[in-house]
Amino acid sequence: MTEFTPLASLLGGLLIGLAAVLLMALHGRIMGLTGILSGLLPPPDADWSWRAAFLLGAISAPALIVALGDRTIPFETPLSFGAQVVGGLVVGIGAALGSGCTSGHGVCGLARLSPRSLVATCTFMATALATVFVIRHLLGSA
Amino acid sequence: MTIIAALAIGLIFGTGIAVSGMINPAKVINFFDIAGTWDPSLAFVMAGALAVTMVGYRVVLRRPAPMLDREFHVPTSRQIDLPLILGSAIFGIAWGATGACPGGIIPAIGLGEPAALVFVVSIAIGIGIVRLVQARR
Repeated sequence: MTEFTPLASLLGGLLIGLAAVLLMALHGRIMGLTGILSGLLPPPDADWSWRAAFLLGAISAPALIVALGDRTIPFETPLSFGAQVVGGLVVGIGAALGSGCTSGHGVCGLARLSPRSLVATCTFMATALATVFVIRHLLGSA
Repeated sequence: MTIIAALAIGLIFGTGIAVSGMINPAKVINFFDIAGTWDPSLAFVMAGALAVTMVGYRVVLRRPAPMLDREFHVPTSRQIDLPLILGSAIFGIAWGATGACPGGIIPAIGLGEPAALVFVVSIAIGIGIVRLVQARR
């Protein structure tokens, strides 16, 4: 069980949207985390520095909230180390092949009314729903 | 300036991911478990993010260029092809199984969670594999 948090989630979503708009207004870039990460892999793109800075900020934020806000941020995974590795690999392969993930297609692409992003988002939402149903209710594991 | 701005925008993004709960794989999995321990929170994340981005992009993309670059780098392809559908289907399966998407799990490294680092390194290797294969074609 995780707690239903409509207000915090809406607020977080607004901040994610604000970041997407600012990255377009200032850098002219789509805020897709798969694409941003991809440009940092060797050999890094010529414009690696803004990518690294963005990711550094993204990683620092939760650390700062915990340190300064004196609060905990829930993080739980039901998966073993091996499942994390395999699952992560497949997440990366799928997102790279499909040219984007939740942030790139699901937020930025949909906001641009891109037909490719609409197809991508509907596809990954549907297969994610089906996968969780199969794992939790047909195979019956946690 | 480009770098400081990117760092600040990354901080806003990471705060949004942390506050929204997207940072927690268990919460993501529960969003998809409509028949079980359903947690609809992430619909509110998507709604909030989309509302701001839709309006913001309308204003921003009307300008001739971004403030810190010469041009907007916006994808132009409109083709619905097999890699898009196959890749998205594969991504969704793994996202549902792990609760880890790149945007949610990268900020989780800042929580000092070893699992987050394992996920991110694995995701990066997965992206790298696809890049290698595509570069050979």
